[in-house]
Amino acid sequence: MTDWLTLSPAEATAVALSLKVALWAMLASLMPGVAVALALARGRFWGKTLLNGVVHLPLVMPPVVTGYLLLLTLGRKAPLGQFLADHLGLVFSFRWTGAALACAIMGFPLMVRAIRLSIEAVDRRLEAAAGTLGASPLWVFLTVTLPLALPGVVAGMILSFAKAMGEFGATITFVSNIPGETQTLPSAIYSLTQVPGGDLGAFRLTLVSIAISLAALMASEVLARRVAHGVAA
Amino acid sequence: MTIEIMARHDSGTFTLDVATVTDGRLTALFGPSGSGKTTLINIVAGLLRPNAARVVVNGRVLMDSARNIFLPVHQRRIGYVFQEARLLPHLTVRQNLSYGRWFTPRAERRARFGAIVDMLGIAPLLDHKPARLSGGEKQCVAIGRALLADPEVLLMDEPLASLDEARKAEIAPHIERLRDEARIPILYVSHSVAEVSRLADDVLLMDQGRVTAQGPAAEVIRRLDLLPLNERAEGGSLIAMQVDDYDSGFDLTTLTAAAGVARVPGQWGPKGAAVTLRIRARDVIIATRQPDHLSALNVFQGTVTSLAPSGAAGLTVTLDCGGTALVSALTRYSAHNLGLHEGQEVHAVVKSVSVAPNR
Repeated sequence: MTDWLTLSPAEATAVALSLKVALWAMLASLMPGVAVALALARGRFWGKTLLNGVVHLPLVMPPVVTGYLLLLTLGRKAPLGQFLADHLGLVFSFRWTGAALACAIMGFPLMVRAIRLSIEAVDRRLEAAAGTLGASPLWVFLTVTLPLALPGVVAGMILSFAKAMGEFGATITFVSNIPGETQTLPSAIYSLTQVPGGDLGAFRLTLVSIAISLAALMASEVLARRVAHGVAA
Repeated sequence: MTIEIMARHDSGTFTLDVATVTDGRLTALFGPSGSGKTTLINIVAGLLRPNAARVVVNGRVLMDSARNIFLPVHQRRIGYVFQEARLLPHLTVRQNLSYGRWFTPRAERRARFGAIVDMLGIAPLLDHKPARLSGGEKQCVAIGRALLADPEVLLMDEPLASLDEARKAEIAPHIERLRDEARIPILYVSHSVAEVSRLADDVLLMDQGRVTAQGPAAEVIRRLDLLPLNERAEGGSLIAMQVDDYDSGFDLTTLTAAAGVARVPGQWGPKGAAVTLRIRARDVIIATRQPDHLSALNVFQGTVTSLAPSGAAGLTVTLDCGGTALVSALTRYSAHNLGLHEGQEVHAVVKSVSVAPNR
Protein backbone atom coordinates (compact mmCIF):
# COMPACT_ATOMS: atom_id res chain seq x y z
CA MET A 1 0.00 0.00 0.00
CA THR A 2 2.69 2.42 1.02
CA ASP A 3 5.07 1.25 -1.67
CA TRP A 4 4.93 4.62 -3.35
CA LEU A 5 6.52 6.10 -0.21
CA THR A 6 9.55 3.81 -0.28
CA LEU A 7 12.71 5.45 -1.59
CA SER A 8 14.44 3.76 -4.48
CA PRO A 9 18.10 2.85 -3.83
CA ALA A 10 19.22 5.76 -6.01
CA GLU A 11 17.04 8.19 -4.07
CA ALA A 12 18.26 6.82 -0.73
CA THR A 13 21.82 7.33 -1.93
CA ALA A 14 21.08 10.95 -2.78
CA VAL A 15 19.60 11.55 0.69
CA ALA A 16 22.53 9.93 2.46
CA LEU A 17 25.02 11.83 0.32
CA SER A 18 23.24 15.11 0.98
CA LEU A 19 23.37 14.56 4.74
CA LYS A 20 27.05 13.66 4.53
CA VAL A 21 27.86 16.70 2.39
CA ALA A 22 25.90 19.08 4.63
CA LEU A 23 27.44 17.68 7.80
CA TRP A 24 30.97 18.04 6.47
CA ALA A 25 30.24 21.47 5.06
CA MET A 26 29.04 22.58 8.49
CA LEU A 27 31.90 21.02 10.44
CA ALA A 28 34.60 22.21 8.05
CA SER A 29 33.41 25.82 8.15
CA LEU A 30 32.98 25.93 11.94
CA MET A 31 36.56 26.75 12.95
CA PRO A 32 37.23 29.24 10.14
CA GLY A 33 33.77 30.67 10.73
CA VAL A 34 34.50 31.38 14.41
CA ALA A 35 37.92 32.78 13.53
CA VAL A 36 36.59 35.12 10.83
CA ALA A 37 33.64 36.15 13.01
CA LEU A 38 36.04 36.98 15.85
CA ALA A 39 38.28 38.97 13.52
CA LEU A 40 35.30 40.92 12.17
CA ALA A 41 33.75 41.48 15.60
CA ARG A 42 36.85 42.39 17.55
CA GLY A 43 39.75 42.87 15.18
CA ARG A 44 41.15 46.20 14.14
CA PHE A 45 43.25 45.64 11.08
CA TRP A 46 43.84 46.91 7.63
CA GLY A 47 41.56 45.24 5.07
CA LYS A 48 38.77 44.40 7.52
CA THR A 49 36.17 45.86 5.15
CA LEU A 50 37.65 43.83 2.32
CA LEU A 51 37.51 40.62 4.38
CA ASN A 52 33.92 41.38 5.27
CA GLY A 53 33.11 41.87 1.58
CA VAL A 54 34.82 38.68 0.45
CA VAL A 55 33.06 36.62 3.13
CA HIS A 56 29.69 37.95 2.06
CA LEU A 57 30.28 37.62 -1.69
CA PRO A 58 28.69 34.14 -2.02
CA LEU A 59 25.53 35.59 -0.52
CA VAL A 60 25.11 38.19 -3.27
CA MET A 61 26.75 36.53 -6.28
CA PRO A 62 24.77 34.11 -8.45
CA PRO A 63 25.57 30.61 -7.06
CA VAL A 64 26.56 29.52 -10.55
CA VAL A 65 29.29 32.15 -10.52
CA THR A 66 30.63 30.85 -7.20
CA GLY A 67 30.60 27.33 -8.61
CA TYR A 68 32.35 28.42 -11.76
CA LEU A 69 35.02 30.29 -9.77
CA LEU A 70 35.62 27.12 -7.76
CA LEU A 71 35.94 25.18 -11.01
CA LEU A 72 38.47 27.73 -12.27
CA THR A 73 40.61 27.63 -9.11
CA LEU A 74 40.24 24.06 -7.93
CA GLY A 75 39.42 22.17 -11.12
CA ARG A 76 41.71 19.39 -12.32
CA LYS A 77 43.51 21.66 -14.72
CA ALA A 78 43.78 24.66 -12.46
CA PRO A 79 47.24 25.13 -10.83
CA LEU A 80 45.89 25.17 -7.26
CA GLY A 81 43.68 22.16 -7.92
CA GLN A 82 46.64 20.27 -9.37
CA PHE A 83 48.88 21.25 -6.49
CA LEU A 84 46.36 20.02 -3.91
CA ALA A 85 45.84 16.79 -5.83
CA ASP A 86 49.55 16.07 -6.28
CA HIS A 87 50.81 17.03 -2.85
CA LEU A 88 47.93 16.52 -0.45
CA GLY A 89 45.84 14.03 -2.36
CA LEU A 90 42.91 16.43 -2.08
CA VAL A 91 40.69 16.33 -5.14
CA PHE A 92 37.57 18.47 -5.17
CA SER A 93 36.29 18.57 -8.71
CA PHE A 94 33.57 16.04 -9.47
CA ARG A 95 33.89 14.50 -5.99
CA TRP A 96 31.57 14.68 -2.98
CA THR A 97 34.31 16.65 -1.19
CA GLY A 98 33.87 19.35 -3.83
CA ALA A 99 30.14 19.40 -3.14
CA ALA A 100 30.90 19.83 0.56
CA LEU A 101 33.33 22.65 -0.22
CA ALA A 102 30.83 24.44 -2.45
CA CYS A 103 28.14 24.10 0.23
CA ALA A 104 30.52 25.29 2.96
CA ILE A 105 31.39 28.40 0.97
CA MET A 106 27.76 29.16 0.20
CA GLY A 107 26.79 28.79 3.87
CA PHE A 108 29.85 30.59 5.21
CA PRO A 109 28.42 34.16 5.19
CA LEU A 110 25.35 32.99 7.11
CA MET A 111 27.46 31.20 9.71
CA VAL A 112 29.92 34.08 10.13
CA ARG A 113 27.14 36.60 10.46
CA ALA A 114 25.33 34.68 13.20
CA ILE A 115 28.54 34.10 15.18
CA ARG A 116 29.79 37.65 14.69
CA LEU A 117 26.56 39.16 16.01
CA SER A 118 26.65 36.98 19.11
CA ILE A 119 30.33 37.78 19.79
CA GLU A 120 29.55 41.48 19.45
CA ALA A 121 26.80 41.04 22.03
CA VAL A 122 29.20 39.63 24.64
CA ASP A 123 29.84 42.16 27.41
CA ARG A 124 33.51 43.09 27.12
CA ARG A 125 33.57 44.12 30.76
CA LEU A 126 33.15 40.45 31.64
CA GLU A 127 36.18 39.65 29.53
CA ALA A 128 38.16 42.35 31.34
CA ALA A 129 37.07 40.87 34.67
CA ALA A 130 38.28 37.42 33.60
CA GLY A 131 41.60 38.99 32.60
CA THR A 132 42.07 40.50 36.05
CA LEU A 133 41.58 37.01 37.48
CA GLY A 134 44.59 35.75 35.56
CA ALA A 135 43.06 34.44 32.34
CA SER A 136 45.17 35.08 29.26
CA PRO A 137 43.38 36.38 26.15
CA LEU A 138 43.13 32.84 24.75
CA TRP A 139 41.60 31.52 27.98
CA VAL A 140 39.26 34.51 28.15
CA PHE A 141 38.06 33.63 24.66
CA LEU A 142 37.61 29.95 25.47
CA THR A 143 35.99 30.33 28.90
CA VAL A 144 34.04 33.57 28.55
CA THR A 145 33.55 34.82 25.00
CA LEU A 146 32.84 31.48 23.32
CA PRO A 147 30.42 30.11 25.96
CA LEU A 148 28.51 33.40 26.00
CA ALA A 149 28.40 33.46 22.19
CA LEU A 150 27.33 29.81 22.01
CA PRO A 151 23.72 30.50 20.99
CA GLY A 152 25.04 32.35 17.95
CA VAL A 153 27.50 29.56 17.15
CA VAL A 154 24.71 27.00 17.29
CA ALA A 155 22.47 29.17 15.13
CA GLY A 156 25.30 29.62 12.65
CA MET A 157 25.86 25.87 12.44
CA ILE A 158 22.21 25.18 11.80
CA LEU A 159 22.04 27.88 9.13
CA SER A 160 25.13 26.47 7.44
CA PHE A 161 23.69 22.94 7.53
CA ALA A 162 20.34 24.06 6.17
CA LYS A 163 21.98 26.08 3.42
CA ALA A 164 24.11 23.05 2.49
CA MET A 165 21.07 20.79 2.29
CA GLY A 166 19.48 23.13 -0.24
CA GLU A 167 22.56 24.23 -2.19
CA PHE A 168 22.13 23.59 -5.91
CA GLY A 169 23.67 26.14 -8.27
CA ALA A 170 27.26 26.22 -7.07
CA THR A 171 27.36 22.48 -6.46
CA ILE A 172 26.06 21.44 -9.86
CA THR A 173 28.39 23.90 -11.60
CA PHE A 174 31.50 22.82 -9.68
CA VAL A 175 31.02 19.06 -9.27
CA SER A 176 28.18 18.31 -11.69
CA ASN A 177 25.44 15.81 -10.98
CA ILE A 178 26.98 12.34 -10.69
CA PRO A 179 24.68 9.82 -8.99
CA GLY A 180 26.38 8.33 -5.95
CA GLU A 181 29.23 10.85 -5.96
CA THR A 182 27.92 14.40 -6.27
CA GLN A 183 24.17 14.02 -6.75
CA THR A 184 22.70 15.67 -3.65
CA LEU A 185 19.00 15.95 -2.83
CA PRO A 186 18.32 19.10 -4.86
CA SER A 187 20.17 17.83 -7.91
CA ALA A 188 18.39 14.47 -7.64
CA ILE A 189 15.01 16.22 -7.50
CA TYR A 190 16.02 18.36 -10.46
CA SER A 191 17.11 15.29 -12.45
CA LEU A 192 13.87 13.45 -11.64
CA THR A 193 11.75 16.33 -12.87
CA GLN A 194 13.66 16.23 -16.18
CA VAL A 195 12.78 12.60 -17.00
CA PRO A 196 9.34 11.16 -17.85
CA GLY A 197 7.79 9.29 -14.90
CA GLY A 198 10.09 10.87 -12.36
CA ASP A 199 7.39 12.89 -10.64
CA LEU A 200 6.71 10.36 -7.88
CA GLY A 201 10.42 10.14 -7.04
CA ALA A 202 10.72 13.90 -7.00
CA PHE A 203 7.73 14.07 -4.68
CA ARG A 204 9.24 11.49 -2.30
CA LEU A 205 12.51 13.41 -2.13
CA THR A 206 10.60 16.63 -1.59
CA LEU A 207 8.92 15.05 1.44
CA VAL A 208 12.31 13.93 2.76
CA SER A 209 13.69 17.40 2.17
CA ILE A 210 10.83 18.99 4.12
CA ALA A 211 11.28 16.49 6.96
CA ILE A 212 15.01 17.20 7.24
CA SER A 213 14.45 20.96 7.17
CA LEU A 214 11.82 20.73 9.91
CA ALA A 215 14.06 18.51 12.03
CA ALA A 216 16.94 20.97 11.67
CA LEU A 217 14.70 23.88 12.69
CA MET A 218 13.38 22.01 15.71
CA ALA A 219 16.85 20.91 16.72
CA SER A 220 18.03 24.52 16.59
CA GLU A 221 15.07 25.58 18.74
CA VAL A 222 15.83 22.95 21.36
CA LEU A 223 19.56 23.65 21.34
CA ALA A 224 19.06 27.40 21.54
CA ARG A 225 16.73 26.98 24.50
CA ARG A 226 19.15 24.67 26.27
CA VAL A 227 22.05 27.05 25.67
CA ALA A 228 20.04 30.07 26.82
CA HIS A 229 19.09 28.15 29.95
CA GLY A 230 22.74 27.41 30.63
CA VAL A 231 23.64 31.08 30.41
CA ALA A 232 20.81 32.61 32.38
CA ALA A 233 19.46 30.32 35.07
CA MET B 1 53.07 46.96 51.80
CA THR B 2 53.95 49.79 49.46
CA ILE B 3 52.31 50.89 46.26
CA GLU B 4 54.16 53.32 44.07
CA ILE B 5 52.33 54.94 41.17
CA MET B 6 53.62 57.46 38.69
CA ALA B 7 51.29 57.94 35.74
CA ARG B 8 50.70 60.40 32.98
CA HIS B 9 47.86 59.89 30.55
CA ASP B 10 46.19 62.12 28.03
CA SER B 11 42.94 60.93 26.52
CA GLY B 12 42.18 64.10 24.57
CA THR B 13 39.59 65.59 26.88
CA PHE B 14 41.15 64.45 30.15
CA THR B 15 44.67 64.54 31.51
CA LEU B 16 45.86 62.41 34.39
CA ASP B 17 49.11 63.30 36.10
CA VAL B 18 49.80 61.49 39.33
CA ALA B 19 52.88 60.57 41.32
CA THR B 20 52.34 58.99 44.70
CA VAL B 21 53.52 56.37 47.16
CA THR B 22 51.24 54.83 49.73
CA ASP B 23 51.84 52.21 52.39
CA GLY B 24 48.30 52.17 53.73
CA ARG B 25 46.49 48.89 54.23
CA LEU B 26 43.47 50.51 52.62
CA THR B 27 44.20 53.58 50.55
CA ALA B 28 41.12 55.44 49.39
CA LEU B 29 41.20 57.22 46.04
CA PHE B 30 38.70 59.89 46.83
CA GLY B 31 37.29 62.67 44.69
CA PRO B 32 34.36 63.80 42.55
CA SER B 33 33.33 61.76 39.53
CA GLY B 34 35.59 62.49 36.60
CA SER B 35 38.61 63.17 38.81
CA GLY B 36 40.50 60.17 37.43
CA LYS B 37 40.13 57.67 40.28
CA THR B 38 38.97 54.78 38.12
CA THR B 39 41.46 55.69 35.40
CA LEU B 40 44.21 55.42 37.99
CA ILE B 41 43.28 51.96 39.22
CA ASN B 42 42.73 50.79 35.66
CA ILE B 43 46.34 51.78 35.06
CA VAL B 44 47.40 49.74 38.09
CA ALA B 45 45.28 46.84 36.79
CA GLY B 46 46.70 47.05 33.30
CA LEU B 47 43.27 47.58 31.76
CA LEU B 48 44.47 50.92 30.46
CA ARG B 49 47.83 51.60 28.91
CA PRO B 50 48.82 55.17 29.78
CA ASN B 51 51.23 57.37 27.84
CA ALA B 52 53.80 56.99 30.59
CA ALA B 53 53.71 55.22 33.92
CA ARG B 54 55.63 53.39 36.56
CA VAL B 55 53.65 51.10 38.85
CA VAL B 56 55.36 49.12 41.58
CA VAL B 57 53.46 46.97 44.09
CA ASN B 58 55.45 45.56 47.01
CA GLY B 59 58.65 45.87 45.00
CA ARG B 60 57.20 44.14 41.94
CA VAL B 61 57.29 46.29 38.81
CA LEU B 62 53.96 45.99 36.96
CA MET B 63 54.72 48.70 34.48
CA ASP B 64 57.62 51.00 33.73
CA SER B 65 57.32 52.83 30.45
CA ALA B 66 60.89 54.15 30.81
CA ARG B 67 62.19 50.58 30.78
CA ASN B 68 59.54 49.37 28.35
CA ILE B 69 57.93 47.05 30.87
CA PHE B 70 54.22 46.41 30.59
CA LEU B 71 52.87 43.31 32.29
CA PRO B 72 49.58 42.30 30.66
CA VAL B 73 46.59 42.34 32.98
CA HIS B 74 46.47 38.57 33.47
CA GLN B 75 50.04 38.47 34.76
CA ARG B 76 49.67 41.27 37.30
CA ARG B 77 48.24 39.22 40.16
CA ILE B 78 45.62 41.81 41.01
CA GLY B 79 42.17 41.34 42.43
CA TYR B 80 39.65 43.74 40.98
CA VAL B 81 36.20 44.28 42.48
CA PHE B 82 34.18 46.30 40.00
CA GLN B 83 31.28 48.59 40.78
CA GLU B 84 28.96 46.16 39.02
CA ALA B 85 29.99 42.71 40.22
CA ARG B 86 30.78 41.39 36.72
CA LEU B 87 30.22 37.76 37.67
CA LEU B 88 30.42 35.37 34.74
CA PRO B 89 26.74 34.62 34.03
CA HIS B 90 27.26 31.16 32.56
CA LEU B 91 29.10 29.85 35.63
CA THR B 92 27.77 29.00 39.07
CA VAL B 93 28.86 30.97 42.13
CA ARG B 94 31.28 28.15 42.99
CA GLN B 95 32.81 28.24 39.51
CA ASN B 96 33.03 32.03 39.60
CA LEU B 97 34.86 31.83 42.92
CA SER B 98 37.25 29.21 41.60
CA TYR B 99 37.84 30.93 38.28
CA GLY B 100 40.98 32.78 39.33
CA ARG B 101 42.45 29.69 41.00
CA TRP B 102 42.56 27.85 37.68
CA PHE B 103 45.18 30.35 36.60
CA THR B 104 47.14 30.45 39.85
CA PRO B 105 50.11 28.09 40.05
CA ARG B 106 49.35 25.36 42.61
CA ALA B 107 52.26 26.34 44.85
CA GLU B 108 51.02 29.92 45.10
CA ARG B 109 47.46 29.14 46.14
CA ARG B 110 47.30 30.43 49.69
CA ALA B 111 43.70 31.64 49.95
CA ARG B 112 41.48 28.92 51.36
CA PHE B 113 38.16 28.42 49.60
CA GLY B 114 36.24 27.42 52.73
CA ALA B 115 37.61 30.22 54.88
CA ILE B 116 36.72 32.90 52.36
CA VAL B 117 33.26 31.47 51.69
CA ASP B 118 32.63 31.45 55.45
CA MET B 119 33.99 34.95 55.98
CA LEU B 120 31.66 36.36 53.32
CA GLY B 121 28.73 34.16 54.34
CA ILE B 122 28.05 32.94 50.82
CA ALA B 123 28.02 29.19 51.44
CA PRO B 124 24.27 28.84 50.69
CA LEU B 125 24.75 30.47 47.28
CA LEU B 126 27.48 28.23 45.90
CA ASP B 127 25.34 26.30 43.44
CA HIS B 128 23.31 29.24 42.17
CA LYS B 129 23.86 31.10 38.93
CA PRO B 130 24.65 34.83 39.38
CA ALA B 131 21.32 35.88 37.82
CA ARG B 132 19.54 34.62 40.96
CA LEU B 133 21.60 36.67 43.43
CA SER B 134 20.76 40.06 44.90
CA GLY B 135 23.08 43.01 44.32
CA GLY B 136 24.72 42.64 47.71
CA GLU B 137 25.22 38.90 47.29
CA LYS B 138 26.78 39.43 43.88
CA GLN B 139 29.22 41.94 45.33
CA CYS B 140 30.17 39.51 48.12
CA VAL B 141 30.86 36.81 45.54
CA ALA B 142 32.90 39.28 43.49
CA ILE B 143 35.02 40.08 46.54
CA GLY B 144 35.53 36.38 47.25
CA ARG B 145 36.40 35.71 43.63
CA ALA B 146 39.07 38.41 43.68
CA LEU B 147 40.55 37.11 46.94
CA LEU B 148 40.68 33.50 45.76
CA ALA B 149 42.89 34.55 42.85
CA ASP B 150 45.56 35.23 45.51
CA PRO B 151 46.17 38.81 44.42
CA GLU B 152 49.09 40.91 45.55
CA VAL B 153 46.96 44.02 45.53
CA LEU B 154 43.19 44.40 45.73
CA LEU B 155 41.54 47.10 43.63
CA MET B 156 37.99 48.09 44.53
CA ASP B 157 36.09 50.50 42.30
CA GLU B 158 33.20 51.89 44.35
CA PRO B 159 32.10 48.39 45.33
CA LEU B 160 29.26 49.78 47.47
CA ALA B 161 28.06 52.54 45.18
CA SER B 162 25.34 50.54 43.44
CA LEU B 163 23.92 49.12 46.67
CA ASP B 164 21.24 50.45 48.99
CA GLU B 165 22.06 51.50 52.56
CA ALA B 166 21.10 48.15 54.09
CA ARG B 167 23.36 46.23 51.69
CA LYS B 168 26.19 48.71 52.27
CA ALA B 169 25.93 48.15 56.01
CA GLU B 170 26.06 44.42 55.32
CA ILE B 171 29.20 44.49 53.19
CA ALA B 172 31.26 47.23 54.83
CA PRO B 173 32.27 44.98 57.77
CA HIS B 174 33.63 42.43 55.28
CA ILE B 175 35.81 45.11 53.74
CA GLU B 176 36.99 46.12 57.21
CA ARG B 177 37.97 42.52 57.91
CA LEU B 178 39.82 42.34 54.61
CA ARG B 179 41.74 45.45 55.51
CA ASP B 180 42.63 44.09 58.94
CA GLU B 181 43.22 40.43 58.14
CA ALA B 182 43.99 39.85 54.50
CA ARG B 183 47.51 41.35 54.44
CA ILE B 184 46.89 42.58 50.91
CA PRO B 185 47.11 46.31 50.20
CA ILE B 186 43.78 47.67 48.98
CA LEU B 187 43.21 50.59 46.63
CA TYR B 188 39.64 51.69 47.15
CA VAL B 189 37.86 54.14 44.87
CA SER B 190 35.14 56.14 46.55
CA HIS B 191 33.31 59.43 46.33
CA SER B 192 31.72 59.18 49.76
CA VAL B 193 33.22 60.74 52.89
CA ALA B 194 31.25 58.33 55.05
CA GLU B 195 32.84 55.32 53.33
CA VAL B 196 36.32 56.79 53.31
CA SER B 197 36.24 57.76 56.97
CA ARG B 198 35.03 54.34 57.94
CA LEU B 199 37.36 52.24 55.80
CA ALA B 200 40.51 54.09 54.77
CA ASP B 201 43.74 54.57 56.64
CA ASP B 202 45.39 56.56 53.87
CA VAL B 203 43.47 58.90 51.59
CA LEU B 204 44.46 60.19 48.18
CA LEU B 205 42.27 63.14 47.36
CA MET B 206 41.94 63.60 43.61
CA ASP B 207 40.59 66.37 41.45
CA GLN B 208 40.77 66.78 37.66
CA GLY B 209 43.39 64.11 37.20
CA ARG B 210 45.69 65.30 39.97
CA VAL B 211 46.30 64.42 43.60
CA THR B 212 45.29 67.45 45.65
CA ALA B 213 46.01 66.01 49.09
CA GLN B 214 47.24 62.82 50.65
CA GLY B 215 47.45 61.66 54.23
CA PRO B 216 45.75 59.76 57.03
CA ALA B 217 41.96 59.77 56.69
CA ALA B 218 41.48 62.01 59.74
CA GLU B 219 43.72 64.70 58.29
CA VAL B 220 42.19 64.73 54.80
CA ILE B 221 38.55 64.48 55.85
CA ARG B 222 38.75 67.63 57.97
CA ARG B 223 40.14 69.70 55.09
CA LEU B 224 36.70 70.94 54.04
CA ASP B 225 38.24 73.32 51.50
CA LEU B 226 39.69 70.37 49.57
CA LEU B 227 36.67 68.05 49.64
CA PRO B 228 34.49 67.80 46.54
CA LEU B 229 31.60 70.26 46.73
CA ASN B 230 28.85 67.68 46.92
CA GLU B 231 30.56 65.92 49.85
CA ARG B 232 31.75 69.00 51.73
CA ALA B 233 28.80 68.82 54.11
CA GLU B 234 29.99 65.36 55.16
CA GLY B 235 33.50 66.53 56.01
CA GLY B 236 34.61 66.78 59.61
CA SER B 237 36.71 65.20 62.31
CA LEU B 238 37.60 61.60 63.04
CA ILE B 239 38.39 60.97 66.69
CA ALA B 240 39.79 57.70 68.00
CA MET B 241 38.09 56.80 71.29
CA GLN B 242 37.69 53.93 73.70
CA VAL B 243 34.54 52.34 75.09
CA ASP B 244 34.33 53.11 78.79
CA ASP B 245 30.90 52.05 79.92
CA TYR B 246 27.52 50.91 78.60
CA ASP B 247 24.26 51.97 80.25
CA SER B 248 21.62 49.43 79.25
CA GLY B 249 18.80 51.50 80.84
CA PHE B 250 19.34 54.37 78.40
CA ASP B 251 21.06 52.20 75.75
CA LEU B 252 23.97 54.61 75.79
CA THR B 253 27.71 53.96 75.51
CA THR B 254 30.23 56.29 77.10
CA LEU B 255 33.44 56.81 75.12
CA THR B 256 36.62 58.44 76.34
CA ALA B 257 39.69 59.97 74.75
CA ALA B 258 42.13 62.76 75.46
CA ALA B 259 39.72 65.03 73.61
CA GLY B 260 37.02 64.41 76.22
CA VAL B 261 34.03 62.21 76.88
CA ALA B 262 31.28 61.33 74.41
CA ARG B 263 27.99 59.53 74.83
CA VAL B 264 26.56 57.68 71.88
CA PRO B 265 23.37 55.65 71.46
CA GLY B 266 23.68 51.88 71.24
CA GLN B 267 26.23 49.41 72.49
CA TRP B 268 29.72 49.67 71.01
CA GLY B 269 31.66 46.67 72.12
CA PRO B 270 33.21 45.74 75.48
CA LYS B 271 35.04 48.14 77.78
CA GLY B 272 38.31 49.20 76.20
CA ALA B 273 37.19 48.53 72.61
CA ALA B 274 38.56 51.09 70.15
CA VAL B 275 36.10 53.00 68.00
CA THR B 276 36.23 55.98 65.69
CA LEU B 277 33.90 58.87 66.19
CA ARG B 278 33.03 60.89 63.11
CA ILE B 279 31.79 64.41 63.75
CA ARG B 280 30.67 66.43 60.76
CA ALA B 281 31.89 70.01 60.83
CA ARG B 282 28.37 71.31 60.26
CA ASP B 283 27.16 69.44 63.37
CA VAL B 284 29.51 71.35 65.70
CA ILE B 285 28.26 74.48 67.47
CA ILE B 286 30.79 76.77 69.12
CA ALA B 287 30.07 78.35 72.50
CA THR B 288 32.41 80.76 74.21
CA ARG B 289 30.94 80.02 77.68
CA GLN B 290 30.17 76.69 79.33
CA PRO B 291 26.75 75.83 77.83
CA ASP B 292 23.99 74.38 80.00
CA HIS B 293 20.34 73.44 79.64
CA LEU B 294 21.15 71.73 76.34
CA SER B 295 19.80 68.53 74.86
CA ALA B 296 23.10 67.84 73.08
CA LEU B 297 25.02 65.09 74.89
CA ASN B 298 28.52 65.90 73.84
CA VAL B 299 30.50 68.98 74.65
CA PHE B 300 34.23 69.12 74.06
CA GLN B 301 36.60 71.77 75.33
CA GLY B 302 39.31 73.14 73.11
CA THR B 303 41.48 75.97 71.90
CA VAL B 304 40.91 77.69 68.55
CA THR B 305 43.94 77.01 66.38
CA SER B 306 42.79 78.46 63.08
CA LEU B 307 39.97 80.28 61.38
CA ALA B 308 39.85 79.76 57.64
CA PRO B 309 37.34 81.42 55.33
CA SER B 310 35.23 78.98 53.35
CA GLY B 311 33.17 80.49 50.58
CA ALA B 312 31.78 84.02 50.85
CA ALA B 313 29.83 83.59 54.08
CA GLY B 314 31.46 80.60 55.73
CA LEU B 315 34.31 79.96 58.07
CA THR B 316 36.00 76.75 59.14
CA VAL B 317 37.15 76.81 62.74
CA THR B 318 39.73 74.27 63.89
CA LEU B 319 39.98 73.47 67.58
CA ASP B 320 42.64 71.61 69.50
CA CYS B 321 40.83 69.33 71.94
CA GLY B 322 43.49 67.63 74.03
CA GLY B 323 45.71 67.10 71.01
CA THR B 324 42.91 66.06 68.66
CA ALA B 325 41.71 68.38 65.92
CA LEU B 326 38.00 69.17 65.79
CA VAL B 327 36.58 71.28 62.96
CA SER B 328 33.41 73.30 62.91
CA ALA B 329 31.72 75.06 60.00
CA LEU B 330 30.27 78.42 60.97
CA THR B 331 29.14 81.55 59.22
CA ARG B 332 31.57 84.45 59.34
CA TYR B 333 28.76 86.42 60.93
CA SER B 334 28.55 84.08 63.96
CA ALA B 335 32.30 84.04 64.37
CA HIS B 336 32.32 87.82 64.28
CA ASN B 337 29.53 88.08 66.87
CA LEU B 338 31.30 85.65 69.18
CA GLY B 339 34.59 87.48 68.63
CA LEU B 340 36.39 84.23 67.88
CA HIS B 341 40.14 84.47 67.63
CA GLU B 342 43.09 82.10 67.61
CA GLY B 343 44.16 80.82 71.02
CA GLN B 344 40.70 81.31 72.49
CA GLU B 345 39.28 78.66 74.85
CA VAL B 346 35.84 77.54 73.60
CA HIS B 347 33.30 74.77 73.98
CA ALA B 348 32.25 72.65 71.02
CA VAL B 349 28.71 71.36 71.24
CA VAL B 350 28.18 68.33 69.01
CA LYS B 351 24.68 67.77 67.67
CA SER B 352 25.23 64.32 66.26
CA VAL B 353 27.98 61.80 65.79
CA SER B 354 28.45 58.57 63.93
CA VAL B 355 30.53 55.76 65.28
CA ALA B 356 32.46 52.99 63.58
CA PRO B 357 34.55 50.17 65.05
CA ASN B 358 38.13 51.25 64.96
CA ARG B 359 40.43 50.64 62.02
